[in-house]
Amino acid sequence: MRYIRPLSMEDAVGQLAGSSGTAAILAGGSDLLVRMKGGFIEPDLIVDIKAIDGLGEIRETAEGYSIGAAVSCALMGESAALKREWPGVVEAAKLIGSKQVQGRCTIVGNLCNASPAADSVPALVAAGARALIAGPGGKRTVAVEAVPTGPGKTSLAKGEIIEAILLDRRAPRSGDAYLRFIPRTEMDIAVVSAGVNLTLDEAGVVKAARVALGAVAATVLLVEEAAEALIGRKLDEAALERLAKVCSGACRPIDDKRGTVEFRRKVAGVLARRAATTAYARAGGK
Amino acid sequence: MAGVAVSTTINGDSIEYLCQPDETLLDVLRDRLGLTGAKEGCGTGDCGACSIILDDRLVCSCLVLGAEAEGRRVETIEGMAHGDTLHPLQQKFLEHAALQCGICTPGFLIAAKDLLAKNPDPTEEEIRFGLAGNLCRCTGYDKIVRAVQDAANVMKGA
Repeated sequence: MRYIRPLSMEDAVGQLAGSSGTAAILAGGSDLLVRMKGGFIEPDLIVDIKAIDGLGEIRETAEGYSIGAAVSCALMGESAALKREWPGVVEAAKLIGSKQVQGRCTIVGNLCNASPAADSVPALVAAGARALIAGPGGKRTVAVEAVPTGPGKTSLAKGEIIEAILLDRRAPRSGDAYLRFIPRTEMDIAVVSAGVNLTLDEAGVVKAARVALGAVAATVLLVEEAAEALIGRKLDEAALERLAKVCSGACRPIDDKRGTVEFRRKVAGVLARRAATTAYARAGGK
Repeated sequence: MAGVAVSTTINGDSIEYLCQPDETLLDVLRDRLGLTGAKEGCGTGDCGACSIILDDRLVCSCLVLGAEAEGRRVETIEGMAHGDTLHPLQQKFLEHAALQCGICTPGFLIAAKDLLAKNPDPTEEEIRFGLAGNLCRCTGYDKIVRAVQDAANVMKGA
């Protein structure tokens, strides 16, 4: 096993692309080290990306925000601007693990670990976030929902590294929210989760919406029909009812010790409703 | 496996060590440097017994590689007291009997120190949430929470 800490993205990509055997990218390590400890992975090469210039920063750009791959979730929670513009994304990131884990874990790691129950992913999908990917062939940008392809699997090619998550600057009267169900008050894995992102017009009518569900399918689901249930309406009881019904229907959950299919379907609708209500209020809707 | 040479700062002292690339910082602290205050409870970041402060961030040292400490600042329980003078948190843990078996105590003290550094006047709820990453199977937590509240009061007056 080799441990390297490249100083540039070019070097990191080159080392990964040129590696034989199993290579792992290390940012926060809160998934990787647990998998190594459990014997699920024995990397021949560990590429620590934290020394790469700029990766530990949240940058405000002309288009919005660029959250570097080495930015801890704790640091996201300390960004007043990010919390103001994307409160749902930040509250989702802040739900991952304990204080100790928060100091290390990253949203890029959460995305690339590709758990269907990843807390930050439904919020990012609802937010329309994009992943900036560096690879041997140059850089490309994809929608966040295109990264995980199934539990533990991603669409990233050999040598590719997600450099940053990109979030747009907010249109006026916009709000997002994320909620999850766990059987405890803190520090558990989502049984069901929902992220909702809304933009309203001046009269409080929903102009744009994105709704994402977590832990109810092999990957996080972007439920377009749920967004359609909200667009063109105020958030009245009928719209919320329709949203809940569509979300429950969109689920393709499994039965396991944490929740039954029936329970997950029902709770997906309930959480989508509640998240939509919070997002609507954050957007200034009444 | 080739060893990794690391230069770091631990409790204010410059330290150099050689470790294996897959060796955790917890194992380095305990097995190479003789700093056995941080404990291994779960080894998977769930229990907080191995808590340390790395560049002003509270982390589980079982989830950090020894190699990652290069050029960084590590604070462990061994650096908490000044000579024979205990840190107010340590003193209050004793006075409130906020421990029984003691395995979780170094982690709780480090986490509480980090909590009070960022929030010198926490509510009971903030203390309970702030210490949720540390598990104790003996005390039922009440005595720990009271000790932290009492220490916060002492430290505010200092």
